Amino acid sequence: MGWLFSNRYLVLRRLVQVSILLFFIAGNALGWKVLRGNLSSSRLLDAVTLADPFALLQIFATGTMVSVEAMLGGGIVLVLFAVIGGRVFCGWVCPVNMVTDLAGSLRRAVGDDHSSPALSGFQISRNARYWVLGLSLVLSALLGVAAFEWISPISMLHRGVIFGMGLGWTAVLALFLFDLVVLRQGFCGHLCPLGAFYALAGAYGFLRVRHLKDHCTLCGECLKHCPEPQVLPMVGKHNGSVLSGECTNCGRCIEVCAERAMRFGAVSRAKARQDHEGG
Amino acid sequence: MSLSRREFIKTAAAVAAATAAGLAVSEELLAAAKQTEAGWRWDKSVCRFCGTGCGIMIAVKGDRIVAVKGDPIAPVNMGLNCIKGYFNAKIIYGADRLTEPLMRVNAKGQFDKKGKFRPVSWKKAFDEMAKQFKKHYSDLGPRGVAVFGSGQYTIMEGYAAVKLTKAGFRSNNIDPNARHCMASAVAGFMQVFGIDEPAGNYDDMHHTDTVVLWGANMAEMHPVLWSKITNRKLSDPKRVKIVNVTTFTNRCSNLADIEIVIKPNADLAIQNYLLREMATRSGVMDREFVDQNCIFATGPVDIGYGLRTAVDHPKYLKAELDTAATEAFKVLTKDEATAMGSLGYKEGDRMEMKNAGKAGSHWAISFEDFKKGLEPYTLDFTAPLAKGDADESLENFKKKLQALADLYAEKDRKVVSFWTMGFNQHVRGTWVNEQIYAIHLLLGKQSQPGNGAFSLTGQPSACGTAREVGTFAHRLPADMVVMNPKHREVSEKIWNVPAGTINPVAGSHYMQIFRDLEDGKIKWVWVQVNNPWQNSANAGHWITAAREMDNFIVVSDAYPSISAKVADLILPAAMIFEKWGAYGNAERRTQHWRQQVTPVGNAMSDTWQTLEFAKRFTLKEVWKEWKIDDKTVLPDVLAKAKEMGYKETDTLFDVLFAGKEAKGYKWPDPVGKGFLNSEAAGDGRNVEGFKGYGFFIQKSLWEEYRKFGLGKAHDLADFDTYHKVRGLKWPVVNGKETSWRFNAEYDPYAKAANHGKFAFYGEAMKEIPAGDLKGPKEGDKVKLPNKAKIFLRHYIDPPELPSAAYPFWLSTGRVLEHWHTGTMTMRVPELFRAVPEAVCFMHPGDASQNKMKDGELIWIESRRGKVKARVETRGRNLPPRGMLFVPFFDEKVFINKVTLDATCPISKETDFKKCAVKLYKA
Amino acid sequence: MRNEKRHSLEGGNPALTERRSFLLGLARSAGAAAVGGLVWAGFIDGKKAYPTVLRPPGAVEEARFLAKCTKCGLCAEACPYDALIMAKPGDGRPVGTPYFLMREDPCRMCQDIPCAAECPTGALAPALVSGPDDAGIQRLDINLARIGLAVIDRETCIAYWGIQCEACYRACPVIDRAITVEHLKNDRTGKHAILGPVVHSEHCTGCGLCEHACVTRKASIFVLPRELALGEPSEHYVRGWDAADEKRIEDAAGDVTTTTPRSKKDPLEYLNQEGF
Repeated sequence: MGWLFSNRYLVLRRLVQVSILLFFIAGNALGWKVLRGNLSSSRLLDAVTLADPFALLQIFATGTMVSVEAMLGGGIVLVLFAVIGGRVFCGWVCPVNMVTDLAGSLRRAVGDDHSSPALSGFQISRNARYWVLGLSLVLSALLGVAAFEWISPISMLHRGVIFGMGLGWTAVLALFLFDLVVLRQGFCGHLCPLGAFYALAGAYGFLRVRHLKDHCTLCGECLKHCPEPQVLPMVGKHNGSVLSGECTNCGRCIEVCAERAMRFGAVSRAKARQDHEGG
Repeated sequence: MSLSRREFIKTAAAVAAATAAGLAVSEELLAAAKQTEAGWRWDKSVCRFCGTGCGIMIAVKGDRIVAVKGDPIAPVNMGLNCIKGYFNAKIIYGADRLTEPLMRVNAKGQFDKKGKFRPVSWKKAFDEMAKQFKKHYSDLGPRGVAVFGSGQYTIMEGYAAVKLTKAGFRSNNIDPNARHCMASAVAGFMQVFGIDEPAGNYDDMHHTDTVVLWGANMAEMHPVLWSKITNRKLSDPKRVKIVNVTTFTNRCSNLADIEIVIKPNADLAIQNYLLREMATRSGVMDREFVDQNCIFATGPVDIGYGLRTAVDHPKYLKAELDTAATEAFKVLTKDEATAMGSLGYKEGDRMEMKNAGKAGSHWAISFEDFKKGLEPYTLDFTAPLAKGDADESLENFKKKLQALADLYAEKDRKVVSFWTMGFNQHVRGTWVNEQIYAIHLLLGKQSQPGNGAFSLTGQPSACGTAREVGTFAHRLPADMVVMNPKHREVSEKIWNVPAGTINPVAGSHYMQIFRDLEDGKIKWVWVQVNNPWQNSANAGHWITAAREMDNFIVVSDAYPSISAKVADLILPAAMIFEKWGAYGNAERRTQHWRQQVTPVGNAMSDTWQTLEFAKRFTLKEVWKEWKIDDKTVLPDVLAKAKEMGYKETDTLFDVLFAGKEAKGYKWPDPVGKGFLNSEAAGDGRNVEGFKGYGFFIQKSLWEEYRKFGLGKAHDLADFDTYHKVRGLKWPVVNGKETSWRFNAEYDPYAKAANHGKFAFYGEAMKEIPAGDLKGPKEGDKVKLPNKAKIFLRHYIDPPELPSAAYPFWLSTGRVLEHWHTGTMTMRVPELFRAVPEAVCFMHPGDASQNKMKDGELIWIESRRGKVKARVETRGRNLPPRGMLFVPFFDEKVFINKVTLDATCPISKETDFKKCAVKLYKA
Repeated sequence: MRNEKRHSLEGGNPALTERRSFLLGLARSAGAAAVGGLVWAGFIDGKKAYPTVLRPPGAVEEARFLAKCTKCGLCAEACPYDALIMAKPGDGRPVGTPYFLMREDPCRMCQDIPCAAECPTGALAPALVSGPDDAGIQRLDINLARIGLAVIDRETCIAYWGIQCEACYRACPVIDRAITVEHLKNDRTGKHAILGPVVHSEHCTGCGLCEHACVTRKASIFVLPRELALGEPSEHYVRGWDAADEKRIEDAAGDVTTTTPRSKKDPLEYLNQEGF
């Protein structure tokens, strides 16, 4: 019970990630109508079309229009994630999260976390992802195809699980190894342009992790587990909410904090900023 | 050795020329033609599939068949093949080839009807088979056992099976799948000419100006012959006309000048319209020919539909009863009453089927009566009755019928009419066969190069084995029948069995065997080279009968089929190139081949199986007294047998197959030098210690068999001759084949008859009563030596018509890519892929009206059963509205659960071309 | 970005000023992006070049298709025969895009074209496979699909050897229009005809049922993208015996200046040149 409580968001996230995947698989294999297609574009309950807004943005960059239906679908997804805020997609939907989380756990198991020196000397800026995002759009415009979609390990994994993996497992393995031995949180935290896209889109959402300094014992567990520890500058310093859109709202910091110094709160960015500055 | 291309062509041409001249080809030349390449041995053989009879060459290396080629010097195909023929090399080595006997057994390994199949030894298989045979044979007598034979038997194995069944077991219950295929043609030939099989040959295709197809989709069913017809059309496109009379558009239509889409069964009416035109248009009829060579005849019309006599039989499903009732009577429709006006029928009359039992009886009538009978069949009456495509205008259809009449009637225009299953699988199959001859005879366009009615055969040896050997319930070799005492006497003499051995009562025909099985009257069945449970109509009944009643079913086959699945014992059979054999094709051409390879696994030939089974019976067990029915008792012939030098303890093998004469055919024999003979000498497998019979069994069977035909216009050449030529068309007289029978210019028998240019010298049914349209009269019989009969037959509806409940006509048949029930071709990967499943061909309008899309699975349901198939509106066959076509090769689309087991009451051939069904979404 | 320093890649070198460090970082990032971008672009370009990929019915022109397709797989899921394949890494086709392998599993030409109807982005455009019905209403018409074009290798086609095959012809859902049989005399035997299949690009949908049915070891009839299978007639010549052919050049540019190596030189320059 205690374990379950201290992993409640993790369990819930896995549940959400896996069920979405299963619905897609059943949609292909069994003809279920709950979710068909894949994360690039899908049909919900055979009624609503959903689309990946970043994929659409790349298509627009090629100078191509898509159907109104697809644009609406992209809009729905964009608005949904923007309103919730943060990179909810990355933490709760994206199948790659499970792969990179596994790499992260393995790293922690051998004592490599944010508080320890990196296992390797290879470092990339977490801002690289914004470069990749920009590059995706530039290349899309230059090559006339949605550039990231052509190499996206997210799509490869997701499509692979639904339609058959082919040699896609090599990409997934590479990504896993990259995270495991090359760079901690290497893909999701540094390179993924889709994550970057949602970080920007979710910067103004309402769902925010809030820190209560008075409960904090400076144990550092939250920072150790956080995939994006740079979003928690206030820990141990003052009360405040996460401001950055890079937070995946995974809730890991909340469940690992024995002192309940972290919790979810529904506040706007403006409120949070006030909060921050005021705190 | 290698022949240069030029040398090869020269050799081939020489062999072809020699063959055409009916000359024996020199050994030297043959050796040259039998060139070897890279250690391959090439030898001549015959295609395993249809009745065309294409010659092929088989290459063997390391006791495996490695390649095949069309035989360039075979006169039929000159090196060509269709795609089934192209894959002859691949039919033998299917992954699921049966290699051991399999029996249903219980946990202790004993036979158990409800058990699972397990491998057993040949000895155990034959022991159980004989035990079961003896049990049912002693209970039920010779009528309680039956053999499903085949038009795909080799001539020798068919002959062995008939001899064992008829002379050994004294049962006439042997009937081939050719009953489904050729029986109506046989009945037509016998009734009209008194002798079986076509007068003409394939050269008619090169000589004729007009090809009329009547229910024959030659483009798919006889592709190599179709290419001959196409060639003729190309050589003189303006002069040569092709007419396709069919119930749906098929691949022949795209070469045809006229396509006539007719309503099922309406061919009867159209033929009468044509006859009426011939008889009434001035100067069209060839009076001289008719006076010299023909008489007119007719027969009863109230003959039923070959269904069960008991119209309320307890095994009928409730839904079947209304169709079943037509066997007793039918209420005449307006069209039927009009058609049979000359007989005094009126609309609404109840026609009792009083003559169902003597459907084939007939009597002579005058030409005036003949014309009177035809009076109702005017264009105005016939066209609306016969028009098959609702979207076609009546005027257009009439024009086509007239054009057809004009083509037939045109003086100096040669016409060949071809037909296959459209005529033969017909509730009036014998009648339509008779009528097509009537048209040709009336015009004097018969038995001449390029002129004649030509019945095409479906199976590779429907002619050679089923018909010529007589593997039918009523037949003996060379057109003889068991009912005729003289014929029995001749047969008993040749077979060297006591007088009175042969049962004089015709046995159960194909459908009757099934009905008897369902009635518990037959309890032991042996299936050879056949898949009756898949290829027979109304299959649901027969499957239940086989699986749920007390009986014993043996199936000899090379592959697991539906029939094998319903069996109790399965015997693995050697396939065509694994045994010596001979087939006879549709143009009377007999072609032999040698055994090329050792059979796969422990498979053994059907001849061997028949002979081994015969070893398990002594004369005492079979040649005693048997009661056949209330009128017939088969005498005990053991005393006579002893007089002939037989002992009671002799086995049927000793007496029927291994007598002194048979053993005189020694093995080795020069004709088989370098070739295997598993039956004569065993083979490397040493199957259960079998070392061979020590004599040339196939040659002995052949030489004995051919005695039946010598001097009887069925003359066949000796065994060795056939290994020097590429087949010969019988009668082979003085070493020369016969190209056009009944024509004194070509046929020595016709010449000898001294009856002018033509002599229809067949001897069967050549003494008939005289009468008028309504019936025969007492008094002197009319003798008609050397004459043929021109029959008057009437239009009648089939027993089942589309109705509100079952609104569609269903026809079944084949596709080019697959052979019959697919046991062989569905094992050839390329053919399987080309046509992986049977689909339901239908009109797009019918599909959209029923909200059905192409490719969608639907149920096709009749009163008898239902089956699922995919809709196809765009394919090779384009039925008119209200018509469906479903091929029967695919056991997953088991269409014979749906079809109706009505038959032609004369020929007993099932009508697979029409029954009523409904469709709904699956 | 406020926390950049704490987690920066090269943070910690005190010798560099913050501004210099920032600029240097920017340059390095830009350089890395350029290198990555080049590799990335090269990879995509290589995959894009795959020439013989056969798209579902209603697919827009290949370049636009590649731009529009989000690789969602809804078309493949809609296919009742599971004939459409989603390109996997290693298939050698643009990853995630749908395609047919006709020899394995051809398009069955569903009348309601569910694959095209499902496409959310318009990469498959139902309008391209729609035409007016008898009443003039636009309806889906699978016969308008142009997945590719069947091409026959007459040298290995056994029908042209004289074998009565024509399996492709009978498998064709647009039989007698997309594939017809040409009747030729078989001069070798003199008694038989050759029934040779002929494909007509005007009607061929490229469904691939012919390729699937072909009985030769490697199919002797196979579907190629139409751009590969078809030539293009010149615009300066019209078939005089075909009144409709004029329509073909309606939109011709009309620029009739011709240049060859012989004609590209200015006439004066040529005429004034020394020597012969």
